Amino acid sequence: MNPATTDNWAQVEAAAQAALTPEIVSFIAACRAKPHPESHLIAVLHRVQEHFGYLGQAQMDAVAQLLRVPAARVSGVATFYHYFRLQPRGRFMINVCMGTACYVKGADRVAARFREELGIDFGQTTTDGQFSLHDAACLGTCGLAPVVMINDKVYPRVTPDQVPGLLESLTAPAPA
Amino acid sequence: MAASVMERYREQAAAARERVQAAEGAARVRIQVGSATCENAAGAADVYDEFRKHIRATGRTDVALRRTGCTGRCSCEPIVGVLVPGQMPVKYEKVDRARAHEIFTQHVLNGTPVRPYTLDADESGTHGLEFFFCGAARCGRELTEPLQRTFEEKLRAAGVPPERVAVRQANCFGLCDPLGTGRATRVLVRPDKVVYTLSSPEDLDAIIAEHVGQGRVVERLRVADEAVGRGFFELYGDVSFFRRQTRVALRNSGVIDPESLDEALRQRAFEALARVLERGDPAAVRAEVRRARLRGRGGGGYLTGLKWDQAAAAAGDEKFIICNADEGDPGAFMDRSMLEGDPFAVIEGMLIGAYAIGAHQGFFYVRAEYPLAVRRIERALELCRAAGLLGRDILGSGFDCDLEIRLGAGAFVCGEETALIHSIEGERGQPRIRPPYPTTAGLWGRPTCINNVETFANVPAIILYGADWFAQLGTEASGGTKVFALAGKVQHTGLVEVPMGTTLREVVFDIGGGIRGGKRLKAVQTGGPAGGCLRAEDLDTPVDFDTLQARGSIMGSGGMIVLDEDDCVVDLARYYLTFSQHESCGKCTPCREGTKRMLEILERITGGQGRPEDLERLERLARLVRTSSLCGLGRAAPNPVLSTLRYFRSEYEAHVAAERTCPAHKCRALLRFEINEKCVGCTLCARRCPVTCISGERRQRHVIDQGRCIRCGVCFEVCRFEAVARR
Repeated sequence: MNPATTDNWAQVEAAAQAALTPEIVSFIAACRAKPHPESHLIAVLHRVQEHFGYLGQAQMDAVAQLLRVPAARVSGVATFYHYFRLQPRGRFMINVCMGTACYVKGADRVAARFREELGIDFGQTTTDGQFSLHDAACLGTCGLAPVVMINDKVYPRVTPDQVPGLLESLTAPAPA
Repeated sequence: MAASVMERYREQAAAARERVQAAEGAARVRIQVGSATCENAAGAADVYDEFRKHIRATGRTDVALRRTGCTGRCSCEPIVGVLVPGQMPVKYEKVDRARAHEIFTQHVLNGTPVRPYTLDADESGTHGLEFFFCGAARCGRELTEPLQRTFEEKLRAAGVPPERVAVRQANCFGLCDPLGTGRATRVLVRPDKVVYTLSSPEDLDAIIAEHVGQGRVVERLRVADEAVGRGFFELYGDVSFFRRQTRVALRNSGVIDPESLDEALRQRAFEALARVLERGDPAAVRAEVRRARLRGRGGGGYLTGLKWDQAAAAAGDEKFIICNADEGDPGAFMDRSMLEGDPFAVIEGMLIGAYAIGAHQGFFYVRAEYPLAVRRIERALELCRAAGLLGRDILGSGFDCDLEIRLGAGAFVCGEETALIHSIEGERGQPRIRPPYPTTAGLWGRPTCINNVETFANVPAIILYGADWFAQLGTEASGGTKVFALAGKVQHTGLVEVPMGTTLREVVFDIGGGIRGGKRLKAVQTGGPAGGCLRAEDLDTPVDFDTLQARGSIMGSGGMIVLDEDDCVVDLARYYLTFSQHESCGKCTPCREGTKRMLEILERITGGQGRPEDLERLERLARLVRTSSLCGLGRAAPNPVLSTLRYFRSEYEAHVAAERTCPAHKCRALLRFEINEKCVGCTLCARRCPVTCISGERRQRHVIDQGRCIRCGVCFEVCRFEAVARR
């Protein structure tokens, strides 16, 4: 059924638009104009996560309405792919690479040190909202193993003993 | 009369060449900084910025700064090249801001290379002239080696000082004349960028008299054609890590600016496409690729020409071509490097493939974890579209084809082709049973041809240099080269492209420089989580799809991890199972449950709780998962277990024996530290023990409280008297 013919579509549409940004709304509209609009679902979710930092329930519902795909399918896709987060992330996203090269060069010890210092496990965020810790499948920079990626920056050849200093340097106020 | 496709192409390429030359001509010195995810991680962006500042501060207008992709010499990054026309190109390794400053002030401004920082410093080109004799199969060792020896003798006889001329052997330049096999060899001369054809000792005399003696090119011996690896060897041929490689798929990586279509065109990009469109015979293209014996580089090893035939023969007007750039194997990064270093080659390969099967729409399916690769493909697509090389009526041929990028979202299983198709359709990336194969019913039910990044990158070279050349580069059953991502406990990590049939020994020792820290090689793991381990005894195995499979491993997409005596194969199998279990999509029971149970057994074994009967149970389960899983992920997931059980069974047995031990001393739960009679009572271990479980008087033998020991190994590492024994 075309949702645009239901009697409350105007409200539903307005609510969905309010949950997203105008850029995302117009991106969805552009996708709708192309063949196979539903195939752009993953691209839309990438944009939502890029803006909001994660996929909230309200945003996923809004995407379902505007892209006109079932909400179950949106949540199915969002939960299937590791890249999508359903919880807000910390200010610093720490990805410890657990690729083969990193692993044989001691990534497990680096990871253990992060867990110890932050008091959280993989997939968790510190209570102050500062740090999220994740294990990454290979980051593709095996020559520099073991590597840790914090937000967009890659730190090469990390040793467990560097971890406390690294965390400190992240939260230190930037030099004026 | 309207211009032909080829004429249009030549016009465009000539204009591009002029633009590049004009830009280069204005510069006395060119500085090139490697720029790729790995280079940037090593600090290349800072280095680029430092050079930019220096150029601005000195007000120099004759110094040009540019970016190139990655050469694949990972452990030495960031790499910077300083190029002065007429002089040997100098490459620097591990450049940071401080080194950049020295390089700029000493080399760029004063013309003196900073030797200590040059790439692989001991051998970098200090000679006035370098001759590279082709050592590839076609030119033949029987021919090349005597000629090379004669050349060296003649140089000595002519009294040329050895420090002035270097004679080396390189690999194929792609100029082999199918009729000239065994009759002539090629020689590249640096820095003069000349390639000669040599067939007799008289040719050598002419070169010594004219080129070496008077600096004049011997025109009658000069090869007019462009060589496939020429651009690469000109820049990097002095480095042995590169010289022993054969660069076909990676021919332009580290040579061109990946964001400049002009530079790509200068290296003959899109010439193969123009030829194909000019000829107007898709069946001939397919026949050529079939004859080249190009096989799927994503790991399947299926003949590309055959796949193209099937897609072409499938009924339907709408067909699709897809580039699988969902490089998910941990430890593999060749596709990323190729896309970041030369996206044009992949685009060209896709367009040729689209033409060959009759598709007008194509997709790049790329991992979202590769933002730089995505950006570079986007940029390259824009440039190609603007230049009429993509979109409607390509090069005026009447052929339409457009390409689009689709992002993955971190699901390893999406490398499986039916899962990949579901992902492009915007669904959960779960595989389905084949047949029907995608070439019959793929994306939106239409015939779809999916090839890997490296497969496509090889296609233009096949068209340009011929199927025979490509086929003969490799083995009987697999043509061409393969790119490996060499990592682990090896001296030189990085990308290695070698002909199919090269032995593991050549890759690990000759190119990779052997094992780090003087340790012993234990195994080489190939093919990632779907592959297996090969023992030191298998080092002389020629590597291709079939030989690796016969030994219980696979080529896979080209991951190659070198393990030394400190690595435990049981732990490695556990590691790969953790990965496969985590990435199992959950659709079929054998894979979902089987990988989980196998992992539990392996965790028990490495955790010191293993029982002898676990080995048989593990093996039975592994065979079951292998035979009954739905897709390649599940079918291959047991490989790391089965291959290590096959070759390293005694190591598994040690883990589950009554006296449980880990021969590599890697599995912590099986370790036991004891202090022996060599202890002098220095107290160092006691002071460093994190749980203070070591006690003893000064100058007295110490004791470890086994109940409290956490087996961290600190005491073993700090002891200077070999008094801590590990078992």
